[in-house]
Amino acid sequence: MCDTCGCNITSGNQHLVAEGGKLEKTADGKKVVDVMHGLLHENDHQAEHNRQHFNHRGILAINLMSSPGSGKTALLEATIDQLKDEFNIAVIEGDLETENDAERIRAKNIPAIQITTGTACHLDAHMLHDALHQLDLNDIDLVFIENVGNLVCPASFDLGHHHNVTLLSSTEGDDKPAKYPVMFRSSDLMLITKADLLPLLDDFDIQRAENYFRQLANTSPVFSVSARKQQNLTQWFDWIRTQLETHREHFPKNAHTHEHVHHHSHQHHST
Amino acid sequence: MHELSVCQSIVQQAVSIALQNHACAISKIDLAIGPLAGVDIRLLEHAFPIASSGTMAEDAQLNTQSLPLTVKCKTCSLESEAKPNRLICGHCGDWHTTVISGDEMLITSIELETDEERHYV
Repeated sequence: MCDTCGCNITSGNQHLVAEGGKLEKTADGKKVVDVMHGLLHENDHQAEHNRQHFNHRGILAINLMSSPGSGKTALLEATIDQLKDEFNIAVIEGDLETENDAERIRAKNIPAIQITTGTACHLDAHMLHDALHQLDLNDIDLVFIENVGNLVCPASFDLGHHHNVTLLSSTEGDDKPAKYPVMFRSSDLMLITKADLLPLLDDFDIQRAENYFRQLANTSPVFSVSARKQQNLTQWFDWIRTQLETHREHFPKNAHTHEHVHHHSHQHHST
Repeated sequence: MHELSVCQSIVQQAVSIALQNHACAISKIDLAIGPLAGVDIRLLEHAFPIASSGTMAEDAQLNTQSLPLTVKCKTCSLESEAKPNRLICGHCGDWHTTVISGDEMLITSIELETDEERHYV
């Protein structure tokens, strides 16, 4: 997507933009306006605003997506245990109902905001914005967003985060990237979770999962981990450290104050 | 699933453009959607009457153009058609490709009715 409005104009679709003028009249005198905005223009605008919130403080925001029950919260717990002395972490949890996940994170003395979406199957940039305003972001280094468990809808909504991490648990089947291409294509990292169960499962082939992932033209890394058994997590922690380091080269920590961010008016939506 | 949210966003944008152009109604909304946009066109069409009800877009016709999925190979530089879950080069079979068309979800144009033309009709 393009940085400003999500309209992703490429050489393949540019002819759509080039056709016609800005304003035309039809034969029966109706006014035709060329738009060329993304369908989620409002969301993308809010997402860009959220990204500024993060960037002005040098915060790296990581969006975790997966099916329900693939171990997002367990991964976060293991990540917090390892990294909480190194970085200041905050978590935003998305679920249809309950505070359960946020409570698990708070039990580790990490600030966590629970977004309960009611019936909505995904988080959007407005919901995230409201949650960010309930968090004290000063001195925070890493924000993890645990999206609603769903391999379809969350992929379409930019939240203003920097990286998508998609979890695929070993109990789900290795062909999930082929079945849900939109989500896996947008992943900056695929984590095969519950890898400790792999010896018990004769139908999950890590190589096959990776092949399906590559067929989406995705060059991102694939790691197999077990959060519960603390296996192979080092490469995941190192990946986070590297991403934060790279991010800080462009957006140093606390380079700007909060006041610079809110230069335009916007509505606060209730969740 | 999320198509209702997408439709609400379409209606919101269309109404805002209609107001900027001093229109009294929206008669047509043209969309262009690629297979990798993550939006189901049929569900979008079902959700549109619900999202547009009671708005200026209530009587608007929703036209959806389905865009082709085309990739360009980084290895052999050729373009080919692809499937959403198989974005490999149709010529040399390499998976190092770039999607050049197929992940768009765009409002391409909106047709408006203005008070002006109602006066003259």
